[in-house]
Amino acid sequence: MNSWSFVFAAYAVTAIATIGLLGWAWVSMRRAEHAAKAAEHQR
Amino acid sequence: MHGYANPARFVRIARPATAWLLGVGALLALAGSLAGLFVTPPDYLQGETVRILYIHVPAAWLGMAGWAAIAAAAISQLVWRHPLAAIAGRALAPVGATFAALCLATGSIWGRPTWGTWWEWDGRLTSMLILLFLYLGYIALASAERERGGEGRMAALFGLVGAVNLPIIHYSVLWWRTLHQGQSISLSGGSSIAPELLWPLPLTMIGFSALFAAATLMRMRGELARLKVEARLRRSAQS
Repeated sequence: MNSWSFVFAAYAVTAIATIGLLGWAWVSMRRAEHAAKAAEHQR
Repeated sequence: MHGYANPARFVRIARPATAWLLGVGALLALAGSLAGLFVTPPDYLQGETVRILYIHVPAAWLGMAGWAAIAAAAISQLVWRHPLAAIAGRALAPVGATFAALCLATGSIWGRPTWGTWWEWDGRLTSMLILLFLYLGYIALASAERERGGEGRMAALFGLVGAVNLPIIHYSVLWWRTLHQGQSISLSGGSSIAPELLWPLPLTMIGFSALFAAATLMRMRGELARLKVEARLRRSAQS
Protein backbone atom coordinates (compact mmCIF):
# COMPACT_ATOMS: atom_id res chain seq x y z
CA MET A 1 0.00 0.00 0.00
CA ASN A 2 1.16 3.55 -0.79
CA SER A 3 2.43 5.44 2.29
CA TRP A 4 -0.01 8.29 1.50
CA SER A 5 -2.91 5.85 2.18
CA PHE A 6 -1.69 5.46 5.76
CA VAL A 7 -1.26 9.23 6.13
CA PHE A 8 -4.78 9.98 4.87
CA ALA A 9 -6.25 7.15 6.99
CA ALA A 10 -4.65 8.64 10.14
CA TYR A 11 -5.94 12.15 9.34
CA ALA A 12 -9.43 10.81 8.49
CA VAL A 13 -9.66 8.91 11.80
CA THR A 14 -8.56 12.04 13.69
CA ALA A 15 -11.00 14.32 11.85
CA ILE A 16 -13.95 11.96 12.38
CA ALA A 17 -13.17 11.41 16.09
CA THR A 18 -12.57 15.13 16.81
CA ILE A 19 -15.67 16.35 14.93
CA GLY A 20 -17.72 13.53 16.49
CA LEU A 21 -16.53 14.43 20.00
CA LEU A 22 -17.20 18.15 19.56
CA GLY A 23 -20.60 17.50 17.92
CA TRP A 24 -21.67 15.12 20.70
CA ALA A 25 -20.53 17.57 23.42
CA TRP A 26 -22.32 20.46 21.65
CA VAL A 27 -25.63 18.60 21.11
CA SER A 28 -25.78 17.20 24.65
CA MET A 29 -24.94 20.65 26.10
CA ARG A 30 -27.61 22.41 24.01
CA ARG A 31 -30.22 19.78 24.95
CA ALA A 32 -29.41 20.08 28.67
CA GLU A 33 -29.42 23.90 28.57
CA HIS A 34 -32.79 23.92 26.71
CA ALA A 35 -34.24 21.52 29.31
CA ALA A 36 -32.94 23.74 32.13
CA LYS A 37 -34.45 26.83 30.52
CA ALA A 38 -37.78 25.05 29.98
CA ALA A 39 -37.82 23.90 33.63
CA GLU A 40 -37.13 27.49 34.72
CA HIS A 41 -40.09 28.80 32.71
CA GLN A 42 -42.42 26.16 34.17
CA ARG A 43 -41.91 27.58 37.65
CA MET B 1 -10.22 28.85 42.82
CA HIS B 2 -13.37 28.96 44.94
CA GLY B 3 -14.21 32.25 43.24
CA TYR B 4 -15.29 30.14 40.26
CA ALA B 5 -17.23 27.66 42.40
CA ASN B 6 -20.49 29.48 41.75
CA PRO B 7 -22.01 27.61 38.75
CA ALA B 8 -23.71 30.76 37.39
CA ARG B 9 -20.40 32.65 37.43
CA PHE B 10 -18.61 29.68 35.86
CA VAL B 11 -21.17 29.48 33.02
CA ARG B 12 -20.90 33.25 32.43
CA ILE B 13 -17.16 32.80 31.82
CA ALA B 14 -17.41 29.41 30.07
CA ARG B 15 -19.94 30.58 27.45
CA PRO B 16 -17.66 33.04 25.57
CA ALA B 17 -14.58 30.91 26.36
CA THR B 18 -16.18 27.91 24.58
CA ALA B 19 -16.80 29.92 21.41
CA TRP B 20 -13.27 31.36 21.42
CA LEU B 21 -11.62 28.01 22.06
CA LEU B 22 -13.69 26.36 19.32
CA GLY B 23 -12.82 29.08 16.77
CA VAL B 24 -9.11 29.39 17.58
CA GLY B 25 -8.72 25.62 18.03
CA ALA B 26 -10.38 24.74 14.71
CA LEU B 27 -8.31 27.36 12.87
CA LEU B 28 -4.95 26.28 14.33
CA ALA B 29 -5.63 22.54 14.12
CA LEU B 30 -6.72 22.89 10.48
CA ALA B 31 -3.76 25.13 9.54
CA GLY B 32 -1.25 22.83 11.26
CA SER B 33 -2.79 19.70 9.70
CA LEU B 34 -2.82 21.17 6.17
CA ALA B 35 0.76 22.41 6.56
CA GLY B 36 1.80 18.99 7.88
CA LEU B 37 0.04 17.25 4.98
CA PHE B 38 1.03 19.44 2.04
CA VAL B 39 3.73 21.99 2.94
CA THR B 40 6.48 20.24 4.94
CA PRO B 41 8.96 18.02 3.09
CA PRO B 42 9.01 14.22 3.57
CA ASP B 43 11.48 12.84 6.13
CA TYR B 44 14.70 11.35 4.72
CA LEU B 45 14.09 8.08 6.60
CA GLN B 46 10.33 7.77 7.20
CA GLY B 47 9.22 9.40 3.95
CA GLU B 48 5.60 10.65 3.84
CA THR B 49 4.47 8.76 6.96
CA VAL B 50 6.24 11.35 9.14
CA ARG B 51 3.17 13.56 8.49
CA ILE B 52 1.19 11.40 10.96
CA LEU B 53 3.40 12.97 13.69
CA TYR B 54 1.42 16.24 13.51
CA ILE B 55 -1.72 14.52 14.81
CA HIS B 56 -0.21 11.65 16.79
CA VAL B 57 1.89 13.84 19.13
CA PRO B 58 -1.01 16.19 20.14
CA ALA B 59 -3.25 13.13 20.69
CA ALA B 60 -0.61 11.53 22.97
CA TRP B 61 -0.06 14.79 24.88
CA LEU B 62 -3.81 15.36 25.36
CA GLY B 63 -4.46 11.74 26.36
CA MET B 64 -1.93 12.19 29.18
CA ALA B 65 -2.84 15.81 30.01
CA GLY B 66 -6.50 14.76 30.34
CA TRP B 67 -5.63 12.29 33.09
CA ALA B 68 -3.33 14.82 34.80
CA ALA B 69 -6.30 17.23 34.83
CA ILE B 70 -8.55 14.47 36.29
CA ALA B 71 -5.96 13.93 39.07
CA ALA B 72 -5.81 17.71 39.75
CA ALA B 73 -9.64 17.83 39.89
CA ALA B 74 -9.59 14.83 42.26
CA ILE B 75 -7.19 16.63 44.65
CA SER B 76 -9.36 19.74 44.46
CA GLN B 77 -12.45 17.64 45.24
CA LEU B 78 -10.95 15.57 48.07
CA VAL B 79 -8.90 18.30 49.78
CA TRP B 80 -10.79 21.56 49.14
CA ARG B 81 -14.23 20.08 48.29
CA HIS B 82 -14.45 22.34 45.25
CA PRO B 83 -18.06 21.95 44.01
CA LEU B 84 -17.11 21.93 40.31
CA ALA B 85 -14.24 19.43 40.66
CA ALA B 86 -16.33 16.24 40.33
CA ILE B 87 -18.16 17.77 37.35
CA ALA B 88 -14.81 18.65 35.75
CA GLY B 89 -13.53 15.09 36.29
CA ARG B 90 -16.63 13.56 34.69
CA ALA B 91 -16.42 16.04 31.79
CA LEU B 92 -12.72 15.40 31.17
CA ALA B 93 -12.85 11.60 31.05
CA PRO B 94 -14.56 10.96 27.67
CA VAL B 95 -12.56 13.77 26.05
CA GLY B 96 -9.26 12.36 27.34
CA ALA B 97 -10.33 8.83 26.39
CA THR B 98 -11.02 9.96 22.82
CA PHE B 99 -7.52 11.44 22.48
CA ALA B 100 -5.87 8.40 24.12
CA ALA B 101 -7.72 6.19 21.61
CA LEU B 102 -6.66 8.52 18.76
CA CYS B 103 -3.05 8.30 19.93
CA LEU B 104 -3.21 4.48 19.78
CA ALA B 105 -5.03 4.46 16.41
CA THR B 106 -2.73 6.97 14.66
CA GLY B 107 0.35 5.31 16.21
CA SER B 108 -0.82 1.95 14.91
CA ILE B 109 -1.44 3.37 11.41
CA TRP B 110 2.07 4.93 11.51
CA GLY B 111 3.62 1.70 12.84
CA ARG B 112 2.42 -0.53 9.98
CA PRO B 113 4.51 1.07 7.17
CA THR B 114 7.37 2.16 9.51
CA TRP B 115 7.85 -0.81 11.83
CA GLY B 116 6.04 -3.40 9.71
CA THR B 117 3.48 -4.13 12.44
CA TRP B 118 0.17 -2.64 13.63
CA TRP B 119 0.87 -3.46 17.26
CA GLU B 120 3.73 -4.52 19.53
CA TRP B 121 3.63 -5.11 23.31
CA ASP B 122 6.21 -2.37 23.75
CA GLY B 123 6.47 -0.37 27.01
CA ARG B 124 5.10 2.91 25.57
CA LEU B 125 2.27 1.27 23.59
CA THR B 126 1.19 -0.98 26.46
CA SER B 127 1.21 1.82 29.08
CA MET B 128 -0.82 4.02 26.70
CA LEU B 129 -3.34 1.17 26.23
CA ILE B 130 -3.56 0.89 30.04
CA LEU B 131 -4.33 4.64 30.15
CA LEU B 132 -7.25 4.10 27.76
CA PHE B 133 -8.57 1.27 29.99
CA LEU B 134 -8.16 3.54 33.04
CA TYR B 135 -10.29 6.17 31.29
CA LEU B 136 -13.00 3.58 30.55
CA GLY B 137 -12.92 2.41 34.18
CA TYR B 138 -13.15 6.00 35.43
CA ILE B 139 -16.14 6.73 33.14
CA ALA B 140 -17.96 3.60 34.37
CA LEU B 141 -17.20 4.32 38.05
CA ALA B 142 -18.10 8.03 37.89
CA SER B 143 -21.38 7.27 36.05
CA ALA B 144 -22.31 4.58 38.58
CA GLU B 145 -21.60 6.95 41.48
CA ARG B 146 -23.62 9.73 39.85
CA GLU B 147 -26.57 7.37 39.29
CA ARG B 148 -26.55 6.50 42.99
CA GLY B 149 -26.39 10.17 43.95
CA GLY B 150 -22.89 9.91 45.39
CA GLU B 151 -20.33 12.73 45.51
CA GLY B 152 -17.90 10.90 43.25
CA ARG B 153 -15.21 10.26 45.88
CA MET B 154 -14.43 6.75 44.64
CA ALA B 155 -13.94 8.09 41.12
CA ALA B 156 -11.70 10.85 42.52
CA LEU B 157 -9.56 8.28 44.36
CA PHE B 158 -9.41 6.18 41.18
CA GLY B 159 -8.29 9.30 39.28
CA LEU B 160 -5.49 9.91 41.79
CA VAL B 161 -4.27 6.31 41.83
CA GLY B 162 -4.41 6.11 38.03
CA ALA B 163 -2.03 9.08 37.79
CA VAL B 164 0.77 6.63 38.71
CA ASN B 165 0.59 5.50 35.08
CA LEU B 166 1.60 8.96 33.74
CA PRO B 167 5.31 8.85 34.69
CA ILE B 168 5.36 5.21 33.53
CA ILE B 169 4.16 6.32 30.06
CA HIS B 170 6.65 9.22 30.00
CA TYR B 171 9.71 7.23 31.05
CA SER B 172 8.73 3.95 29.33
CA VAL B 173 10.97 4.75 26.33
CA LEU B 174 13.97 5.09 28.70
CA TRP B 175 13.16 2.15 31.01
CA TRP B 176 12.30 -0.38 28.29
CA ARG B 177 14.27 0.32 25.13
CA THR B 178 12.10 -1.74 22.79
CA LEU B 179 10.36 -0.54 19.61
CA HIS B 180 9.06 2.99 20.31
CA GLN B 181 11.71 5.66 19.67
CA GLY B 182 13.00 7.86 22.48
CA GLN B 183 11.88 11.39 23.25
CA SER B 184 12.31 13.76 20.25
CA ILE B 185 11.03 16.97 21.88
CA SER B 186 11.49 18.10 25.49
CA LEU B 187 9.56 20.70 27.47
CA SER B 188 12.83 22.59 28.05
CA GLY B 189 12.81 23.45 24.32
CA GLY B 190 15.27 20.94 22.89
CA SER B 191 14.31 19.00 19.77
CA SER B 192 16.01 16.43 17.55
CA ILE B 193 13.50 17.11 14.73
CA ALA B 194 14.62 19.32 11.82
CA PRO B 195 13.06 22.85 12.02
CA GLU B 196 11.52 22.56 8.50
CA LEU B 197 9.59 19.50 9.72
CA LEU B 198 8.86 20.78 13.23
CA TRP B 199 7.08 24.13 12.70
CA PRO B 200 3.46 22.87 12.09
CA LEU B 201 3.59 20.81 15.30
CA PRO B 202 3.06 23.77 17.72
CA LEU B 203 0.01 24.75 15.61
CA THR B 204 -1.65 21.33 15.97
CA MET B 205 -0.55 21.06 19.62
CA ILE B 206 -2.20 24.39 20.55
CA GLY B 207 -5.15 23.84 18.18
CA PHE B 208 -6.12 20.39 19.46
CA SER B 209 -5.52 21.53 23.07
CA ALA B 210 -8.01 24.38 22.53
CA LEU B 211 -10.54 21.92 21.03
CA PHE B 212 -9.98 19.61 24.02
CA ALA B 213 -10.69 22.52 26.39
CA ALA B 214 -13.79 23.52 24.38
CA ALA B 215 -15.20 19.96 24.50
CA THR B 216 -14.55 19.81 28.26
CA LEU B 217 -16.27 23.17 28.87
CA MET B 218 -19.29 22.08 26.79
CA ARG B 219 -19.55 18.83 28.78
CA MET B 220 -19.30 20.79 32.06
CA ARG B 221 -22.00 23.25 30.96
CA GLY B 222 -24.26 20.34 29.95
CA GLU B 223 -23.71 18.60 33.27
CA LEU B 224 -24.45 21.80 35.24
CA ALA B 225 -27.69 22.28 33.29
CA ARG B 226 -28.72 18.66 33.97
CA LEU B 227 -28.00 19.08 37.70
CA LYS B 228 -30.13 22.24 37.70
CA VAL B 229 -33.09 20.35 36.19
CA GLU B 230 -32.66 17.47 38.66
CA ALA B 231 -32.54 19.87 41.63
CA ARG B 232 -35.71 21.59 40.41
CA LEU B 233 -37.50 18.24 39.97
CA ARG B 234 -36.48 17.21 43.49
CA ARG B 235 -37.75 20.48 44.95
CA SER B 236 -41.08 20.23 43.12
CA ALA B 237 -41.49 16.58 44.25
CA GLN B 238 -40.94 17.61 47.89
CA SER B 239 -43.39 20.51 47.85
